[in-house]
Amino acid sequence: MSDTHISDGEHEDPSRRDFIYISTAAAAAVGAGSLAWPLVSQMSAASDTRAAGSIEIDVSKIEEGQQLKVLWRGKPVFVRYRTQKEIDAADAVEIDGLRDPETDEARFRPAFDGKIHKNILVMVGVCTHFGCIPVGEAGDFDGWYCPCHGSHYDTSGRIRKGPAPKNMVIPEYTYISDTVIKVG
Amino acid sequence: MSGPSTYEPKYAAAKWMDKRLPIIRMGVDFMGFPSPRNLNYWYAFGGILSLCLMSQILTGIILAMHYTPHVDMAFDSVQRIRRDVPFGWLLQSMHAVGASMFFLAVYIHMFRGLFYGSYKAPRELLWIIGCAIYLAMMATGFLGYTLPWGQMSFWGATVITGFFGAIPFVGESLQQWLLGGYSVGNPTLQRFFSLHYLLPFVIAALVALHVWAVHHVGQNNPIGIDVKTKEDTLPFHPFYTMKDGFAIAVFLMIFALFVFYLPDALGHADNYQRADPMKTPPHIVPEWYFLPFYAILRAVPDKLLGIILMFGAIVVLFVLPWLDTAKVRSMRFRPTTRRFFYIFLFMCFILGWCGGNSPDDLAFTFGHKNVMVDGHEVSEAIGMTFKTLSRIGTIYYFGFFLFLLPVLGWIEKTKKLPDSITKAIHDGEA
Repeated sequence: MSDTHISDGEHEDPSRRDFIYISTAAAAAVGAGSLAWPLVSQMSAASDTRAAGSIEIDVSKIEEGQQLKVLWRGKPVFVRYRTQKEIDAADAVEIDGLRDPETDEARFRPAFDGKIHKNILVMVGVCTHFGCIPVGEAGDFDGWYCPCHGSHYDTSGRIRKGPAPKNMVIPEYTYISDTVIKVG
Repeated sequence: MSGPSTYEPKYAAAKWMDKRLPIIRMGVDFMGFPSPRNLNYWYAFGGILSLCLMSQILTGIILAMHYTPHVDMAFDSVQRIRRDVPFGWLLQSMHAVGASMFFLAVYIHMFRGLFYGSYKAPRELLWIIGCAIYLAMMATGFLGYTLPWGQMSFWGATVITGFFGAIPFVGESLQQWLLGGYSVGNPTLQRFFSLHYLLPFVIAALVALHVWAVHHVGQNNPIGIDVKTKEDTLPFHPFYTMKDGFAIAVFLMIFALFVFYLPDALGHADNYQRADPMKTPPHIVPEWYFLPFYAILRAVPDKLLGIILMFGAIVVLFVLPWLDTAKVRSMRFRPTTRRFFYIFLFMCFILGWCGGNSPDDLAFTFGHKNVMVDGHEVSEAIGMTFKTLSRIGTIYYFGFFLFLLPVLGWIEKTKKLPDSITKAIHDGEA
């Protein structure tokens, strides 16, 4: 830096300076990007967390009108043996007026015999508002009621009243025998 | 504002030091900072807040030596601190109560700034840095409340992280990324602990900027007019070190009252229950200092809109310097705005009250009517629900900033300002 004398044949070459600018900037951009990626990615769910993502539930022990609560991915899954009255109530609902229109039928997966059995309702028991756990057989529709901010769900777990935007989620599940369900 | 340095080193060692690293000069200039001579006790909260931050950092570093950030051990480790660790009960109580005291002081500090127009030119950035500090404090308070891993910790964390899930399209992935899993769990607790330890130092850095800014533009004062001559000021030390010191002593007495006699009064009993992801407490409420925002969140039936309004309530503070169009700073000379300010203050308390209650419960009862329930005639109270009341509060909160302050600045006839701070003191107006 101190030597400012430029002898003949050593002219200042603008293209050399451009090369330094561009190559440094490019290295900085690539470096920042490749450093940011692992720093951001490490926050995501780790492999062991994701691996623990599926469970099997035996539904044969549930009596009519009872509900099983099983922990799946840190959230409760409700397995409810619905009474005929509850099924009828869910069937009678006008779909058009719902906030998240869905038939009761659409909230079931085929059983081991390939048919839909509308008595066993499998649902993630988490309010779609802010993730609280609704209380069963409660609320204006005798389905579920969330005590946190007052969302009312019907006997199919569909949102009917209150701040929640969606029906309670039906997880991916399959019957792996007549009585055992695999969730996740 | 600070002007050229007047420090003259007296001793050989001080002279030696001054030539190499003028740190003594910096300290002396800092303490001699010319402050308006009419500052009242509302101006003592800057000093009180510095003390709060230092106390939280000191007790927090010690608590971290005894705390275990793991879902199976966190709850017990906090109980162990309170029961078994020598003076752990004191340090834990100082830290938990200290958070409340910190917020109490910051709210008074902010309302003071609002009243005396301390956000107006040339103090816009000073105010904005202050808002950033407040935001960082809210994040730190929330993260810290999760650590004892009680029922309120767990469900509070679930509700707050649920806000991010409401963002369209990316919400769910973003939420899982923040939690490190499908729901609030061990990865969440560990990162919350790490960030809770980090943020106070970010706050300390922001406080340094805040103090730098106030030293550059000078303090505002209760009559809100600029310092004109040296007669209008007093050196910070010994005048305001003494005044602040007295205020700190009074503040510490209130602090001590809670630490020693009411350590749990500001918390929630449900947090003495271990976190249980299978059971939601019947009534989730945040700490008292978040209640007004919680009321705004619940005032609207739509999830996303509720979140937008809640964050909007804080964003509006950042742009306040450009919303208030008045030329006069202090509300002492703005009789109309002053009345609306008192209503605003009252509405903040109303919102806090709403936030602590169930939206569908009645805030006021007007009378009773008879209704039929299962064939029986039952008397049912009718009146205004907390939801309705929180809507009124929310409308006023935003109305004050977005409508009243811009409009009043144009139409209000302000009182005559004094010629100078010194003259105001002699005339008994300051």
